[in-house]
Amino acid sequence: MSTVTTADHHDEHHDHKPTGIKRWLFTTNHKDIGSLYLIFALAMFFLGGAMAMVIRLELFQPGLQFVDPQFFNQMTTMHGLIMVFGAVMPAFTGLANWMIPMMIGAPDMALPRMNNWSFWILPFAFLILIISMFLPGGGPDFGWTFYAPLSTTYSNDSTALFVFAVHIMGISSIMGAINVIVTIVNMRAPGMTWMKLPLFVWTWLITAFLLIMVMPVLAGVVTMVLTDKYFATSFFDAAGGGDPVLFQHIFWFFGHPEVYIMILPAFGIVSAIVPTFARKKLFGYASMVYATASIAILSFLVWAHHMFTTGMPVFATLFFMYTTMLIAVPTGVKVFNWVATMWRGAMTFEVPMMFALAFIVLFTIGGLSGVMLAITPADFQYHDTYFVVAHFHYVLVSGAVFSIVAAVYYWLPKWTGHMYDEKLGQLHFWCSLISVNLLFFPMHFVGLAGMPRRIPDYALQFADFNAFVSVGGFLFGLSQLIFLWVVIKCARGGEKAPAKPWEGAEGLEWEVPSPAPYHTFDTPPQVK
Amino acid sequence: TGIQFNMTPGVTDISQQVYALHMTIFWICCAIGLVVFTAMFVSIILHRKSRGVTPATFHESTKVEIIWTAIPVLILIVMAIPATRVLIAMEDTSDSDVTVLITGSQWRWHYEYLDYDIDYFSILATPRGQVEGRLPKGDNYLLEVDRPLVIPTGKKVRFLMTSDDVIHSWWVPAFAIKKDTNPGFINEAWTQVNEPGIYRGQCAELCGMDHGFMPIVVIAKEPDDFAKWVEQEEARIAAIREEEQRLLALRMNIEEQMVLGERVYLAHCAACHQPNGTGLPPMFPALKDNYVTTQDRAEHIKVMVDGRPGTSMASFARQLSLRELTSVITYTRNAWGNDTGDVVQAVEVYEYMQGKGE
Amino acid sequence: MFLLGVAILFVMLYGWFKNVVDESMAGLYSPQMDRSFKQGMSWFIVSEIMFFAALIGALFYARFIAVPWLGGASNNEMTGAILWPNFEAVWPLLTTPGGTETQAMGWGLPLINTMILVTSSVTLHFAHTGLEQNKRSQLTGMLLLTLILGVIFLGLQGYEYVLAYRDLGLRLDSGIYGNTFFILTGFHGMHVFLGALILFFVLLRVLKGHFTPEKHFAFQAGAWYWHFVDVVWIIVFCLVYVF
Ligand code: HEA
Ligand code: HEA
Ligand code: CUA
Ligand SMILES: [Cu+2]
Repeated sequence: MSTVTTADHHDEHHDHKPTGIKRWLFTTNHKDIGSLYLIFALAMFFLGGAMAMVIRLELFQPGLQFVDPQFFNQMTTMHGLIMVFGAVMPAFTGLANWMIPMMIGAPDMALPRMNNWSFWILPFAFLILIISMFLPGGGPDFGWTFYAPLSTTYSNDSTALFVFAVHIMGISSIMGAINVIVTIVNMRAPGMTWMKLPLFVWTWLITAFLLIMVMPVLAGVVTMVLTDKYFATSFFDAAGGGDPVLFQHIFWFFGHPEVYIMILPAFGIVSAIVPTFARKKLFGYASMVYATASIAILSFLVWAHHMFTTGMPVFATLFFMYTTMLIAVPTGVKVFNWVATMWRGAMTFEVPMMFALAFIVLFTIGGLSGVMLAITPADFQYHDTYFVVAHFHYVLVSGAVFSIVAAVYYWLPKWTGHMYDEKLGQLHFWCSLISVNLLFFPMHFVGLAGMPRRIPDYALQFADFNAFVSVGGFLFGLSQLIFLWVVIKCARGGEKAPAKPWEGAEGLEWEVPSPAPYHTFDTPPQVK
Repeated sequence: TGIQFNMTPGVTDISQQVYALHMTIFWICCAIGLVVFTAMFVSIILHRKSRGVTPATFHESTKVEIIWTAIPVLILIVMAIPATRVLIAMEDTSDSDVTVLITGSQWRWHYEYLDYDIDYFSILATPRGQVEGRLPKGDNYLLEVDRPLVIPTGKKVRFLMTSDDVIHSWWVPAFAIKKDTNPGFINEAWTQVNEPGIYRGQCAELCGMDHGFMPIVVIAKEPDDFAKWVEQEEARIAAIREEEQRLLALRMNIEEQMVLGERVYLAHCAACHQPNGTGLPPMFPALKDNYVTTQDRAEHIKVMVDGRPGTSMASFARQLSLRELTSVITYTRNAWGNDTGDVVQAVEVYEYMQGKGE
Repeated sequence: MFLLGVAILFVMLYGWFKNVVDESMAGLYSPQMDRSFKQGMSWFIVSEIMFFAALIGALFYARFIAVPWLGGASNNEMTGAILWPNFEAVWPLLTTPGGTETQAMGWGLPLINTMILVTSSVTLHFAHTGLEQNKRSQLTGMLLLTLILGVIFLGLQGYEYVLAYRDLGLRLDSGIYGNTFFILTGFHGMHVFLGALILFFVLLRVLKGHFTPEKHFAFQAGAWYWHFVDVVWIIVFCLVYVF
């Protein structure tokens, strides 16, 4: 797609980097900040995963064995919050930091100091959130969706800390998003026109736009939760003229675009990996861009599909059902384009490609169950059961997380200068693929059979499936230890990686040496 | 019965339509998946580098893009038509024969028949010992209640749903009804059950600690049997009220109260305040050595009757009979070494309620 | 702990801004950097707009959905009939379903305030033209006037709050009317305060002789922010007081 005419050139003084803790605390370098984000995300993935293990342990058998219901609810809540805001979103931001400047031929992000800030306030937010669990009375236990009035009148006092933490995460995301947009709009190398941008850049541009549009809305709704709880307002209280369902409308106006925030960059990653290993140009580049934009626009019009049982008038329900179904169309375009890219290519199956292929299949399964959920009368039966839990883990774990893992394998050689261990990587892939399906597929059945979500104990007819699911969960968790091992091993050494380790890869990031020098593109490359 | 893999078809015309809709959509989705994955796997198997292929170079075609935009749109229209039809039928609550007002609260259901003089609470009946693994679990573990909702078959029953505290959701899969109970608002749903039988469901919206322990049991009876039940139930409730009046004159001794009080305590209070009265502070205060339960008798009665607004402590005035209310107060004032020696009598509680103009 | 955190935050912010100012004065910033700053500021304002949109959305929902439903509108006939039989659905909601009473705020004083804020936008514009035409005294004078108008606005709004609490019984906890009233005007007021603070620092820099007709990003950012706060006010004024 693009080639560099000016060789990457920099003088000695530029490649010197500060050392020690100060380097990381004060860094404004996009690669350092990218690494920080990625390491943070991995830590949070393990923490959130450990909480999921507690959930699966308790649900292994009927009856209460290990934790009390209150603590179980905290686990569910914190698991959701940490995975969404601590693992997936920062991981994507980390990838954006590392890759976007390199992909568009920029020396760094546009606003490097703000970049440092965006990252460093994040650990504080999560520290506050985690500390809140050790308060007397425990941490947040009202689900990651914190519906009022459970989160207002009926919540414990950690709510103030929860609100504060969410505010900080919001500020961090907004700053990060502004940085991404400004970088892409303003810092492209000469010749890097809009329709030459790699799709990862495009999808992130649109994701950043979504973030700027919806994170403030989340900030607004947590603020109302705060005033309802501590300042006797009644936004969500009928006695004062408010409505608990108002909370859900505002939350999901944020919440639905939020789930696309967690999938659009994944689309970008897959659109980078599939052509590389199919050795064939991405099919339908322009339509991919338009489809991404359509998904983003539609995502503002579907929020109440999470609220079909709240008693909306029929016409509103119908509106949200139709708009939701429509999202299948642009998403379908993406899936079809990927398949068409593979069609008559010359494929090889290195680990990034394996995860990308698994992504396409498993994300599509999750998307199709999403379409089932959109069918309102049927959703009355699915809603708040494990069928929903199955749906969103397919799109989030075997979707978003798999894409992140694929991206890590794909770009690790560029980051570390070493090839990862292909054998271990393949082992990690197959273990993950099998266990993730053992873990999440039976959830469809147990949900259809009627098991509600967010319960620490269940009726006997759900016992067999739950035992099965839990075993799948433990296996999937253990498989991720292989991943950790591969990454550490690769960071510490291994076969030297060439500038372009993948035969079919295209793009500016492969024009610089591996590992990528601390400063790249000090003089902008000329893209033809 | 074996393992259930799929949604229940249920026992109403509506639930069967929902099931049919679910199956239609499911098969369409399977077909789509089949087409997409087949194309993908064919490509994976045939178009691999190890087979020595050279990659093609085509990379766009407006024609196919239009085709694979248009076909999904058509499929979606096919899905939307039956979905719309079923939805509109489900939302039509007009012309009902019986109306029940359902009120959710942490963590019990209250049923009030607007056409009869009947109202009562419905609470989980599974003993705690089963939950904690001290007793073997029964067949209907966690899906059994002390007083089920009773409705007639062949009649259109309308449900009005609301809540006293947080949002709950009243779900009976066999009727394909799941409706949130929003505090301060009333949602409507309806059903017409064809078969007499016992149908079980659960609260489906996270409503705090005991969300998982808030089952629903509905018994559908033939209209004749239903009429009999109504008669009995009205008589039962009237008797309780009479008994209460009589009780006001009566004095109960402490032994009697301790026995009944303990039973009430374990059924209604122990989930939060714990069987040994230590609570789970700070959300659920300890009652052992508590100022209110050992000193401030008037406040104790007030809290039991009114609840503590803004906390999980609900009012028990409607939920317990006067006898039960009195006994559990006496019990808490004397159990676990609280040993106040106080014996509260019904008339004292009654006077407090009257004083408030209840 | 918390205060310590805030203190550290401010020290860091100070350090950051000082660095930026110094570098900017040293002429280190390329036109590209300048563009980046401007675009960054614009997107920040977009995010602020969305924050207000959420609050305004709550106002709309309360007014056109929640309150009418509590009174029995739409599919909530039974809500009105059974739960709140004596409730009358009107806006402004002076008696809540729960029975809390209050009085509505008139729009006389806010109208004066609107004119003050609009005027301040105009004076700020003149300050800008002064800067562009290198008329430093016009710049300083107009900027100072803008700041003074902003402070008067805040003062009047404070006075309005006193009236509300003392005379009208209109409080933050007076039901959804009071809630939306105070949340919208309150958050707006906080933004005026922030805008004034920015303009104050800009003024200090002006007095130190910073900014040139060509390069004055900080001034421009402050001005944009001020105009944005002004537009939000006009919307808040219409929705909260007038209609
Ligand atoms: C990455 C995250 C992600 C993504 C991408 C999606 C994608 C979709 N989701 Fe999902 N969803 C969640 C995360 C996500 N969701 C989460 C976290 C929840 C639960 C939140 C909570 O309550 O805690 C949820 C819940 C949820 C609900 C509410 C369920 C309930 O609570 O009752 C609904 C209902 O409509 C829904 C629908 C959809 C649809 C239609 C899509 C579509 O975008 C899917 C589109 C994709 C395809 C359809 C597949 C590919 C297309 C083709 C091959 C073309 C041909 C297809 C057809 C013609 C059908 N989702
Ligand atoms: C991107 C987001 C994301 C991700 C990655 C995951 C990952 C996982 N989730 Fe999560 N989940 C959510 C988002 C996510 N989830 C959300 C939003 C909810 C809703 C919350 C709510 O209801 O409010 C939810 C709810 C949810 C539930 C329902 C809880 C309930 O309703 O009560 C369950 C139950 O099984 C579950 C399980 C899992 C498991 C087993 C994983 C696994 O994939 C995790 C695997 C990872 C690890 C295990 C960590 C790595 C390994 C180790 C730490 C080594 C130690 C391992 C062993 C000892 C085996 N999740
Ligand atoms: Cu009641 Cu969940
Ligand atoms: Cu959604």
